[in-house]
Amino acid sequence: MVSKREYDVVIIGGGPAGLAAGIYTSRARLSSLLIEKMGAGGRIIDAGLVENYPGFSQGVSGLELAEAMQQQAAKFGLETLLAEVIGLELKGEHKIVKTSEGDITAKAVIIASGSDRAKLGVPGEEEFTGRGVAYCAICDAYFYRDLPVAVVGGGNAAINEALELSKFAAKVTIIHRRQELRATRILQERAFAEPKIEFLWNTVVEAIEGEDVVKRLRLRNVLTGEKSTLDISGIFVAVGFKPNTDYLKGVLSLDANGAIITNEKMETEVPGIFAAGDIRSSSIRQVIAAAGDGAVAAIYAERFIAG
Amino acid sequence: MSKPTVVDGSNFDQVVLQSKTPVLVDFWAAWCGPCRMVAPMVEELAEEYEGKISFAKLDVDQNPKTASQYGIMSIPTLLIFKNGAPVSNIVGFRPKADLKRSLDAVLE
Repeated sequence: MVSKREYDVVIIGGGPAGLAAGIYTSRARLSSLLIEKMGAGGRIIDAGLVENYPGFSQGVSGLELAEAMQQQAAKFGLETLLAEVIGLELKGEHKIVKTSEGDITAKAVIIASGSDRAKLGVPGEEEFTGRGVAYCAICDAYFYRDLPVAVVGGGNAAINEALELSKFAAKVTIIHRRQELRATRILQERAFAEPKIEFLWNTVVEAIEGEDVVKRLRLRNVLTGEKSTLDISGIFVAVGFKPNTDYLKGVLSLDANGAIITNEKMETEVPGIFAAGDIRSSSIRQVIAAAGDGAVAAIYAERFIAG
Repeated sequence: MSKPTVVDGSNFDQVVLQSKTPVLVDFWAAWCGPCRMVAPMVEELAEEYEGKISFAKLDVDQNPKTASQYGIMSIPTLLIFKNGAPVSNIVGFRPKADLKRSLDAVLE
């Protein structure tokens, strides 16, 4: 619940970008509200161990890092509202953030609502979600002990998922539409060294089949056109991310992927509306960059409010 | 204040299946970040629906049998039980408004 309906700054999204922005705006003594649809944390919650955030020589779990950021922001007075943002309107100098828990007015808004896992978009995916189709290996690897599973994708998320799964599953097949991985080299080295992980290159999933639960995948080789099937008990989808910007259509112009275009001050085309983190066009999708974006957005939001 | 009741294999029958009111059971585990993100929302709902719907949480790591009995293969999963049987199945995290819709549908 919120203490009032008008704030200096409203931050949409409680991942590293939003929490970093909240730390800065709260310390600037701006009344600040962070709106988050679930609990704060963002996508790093999916990361077992974050190894590339400076200051943690042994790595830190995504969950711990998120909780620490949240406590740090709350300590300086950041308020949090659990609600879904459904729209953003401009009213003179003010911004109206429309939420499932009512309207909130702000002088400046920092949009940091990040991205969600993209879906594969093949038959069977919706039907079997939660019954063999999964999107979070940290959460669900446990349910696939000694079973064969597949991971679709070739980026950092896919390789991290495969490595996590290899601790439980009998065998992990990485299905990738290209000939080589996009993931960071150190992750590639670990995946190639893991005996439980196998690769199917130049291959796409055409359908997910089963009865009560997933039983097999229908595959196609994109070079030869050859079709095949793969018997598995689970399929983890890690084929990229989709910015959470549906509620911004008509307010801000978005790039072809649906991400928000900003300048180096994190300003959008609308004065007083800033964007930070994964939701920005051409974001490198790293915790450190999201936190940096949040700080920049907060500082320019403070200057905007000061006039 | 009404907090979700912690259930396990031993009291599941009594707390969930025998309940006179519908019960939302939050299947979770300590290692699951999204589960921890869902928890505060479930606590808010427990207060908002006090007297109409009961709330419980079950740690799948401690109670694998009960979890597998209900086909839990992904967490967080929220199952809503009515008259001893699951009537609504919510997999993964959803906005609070979505959960309210599911809860209201069960009350109709």
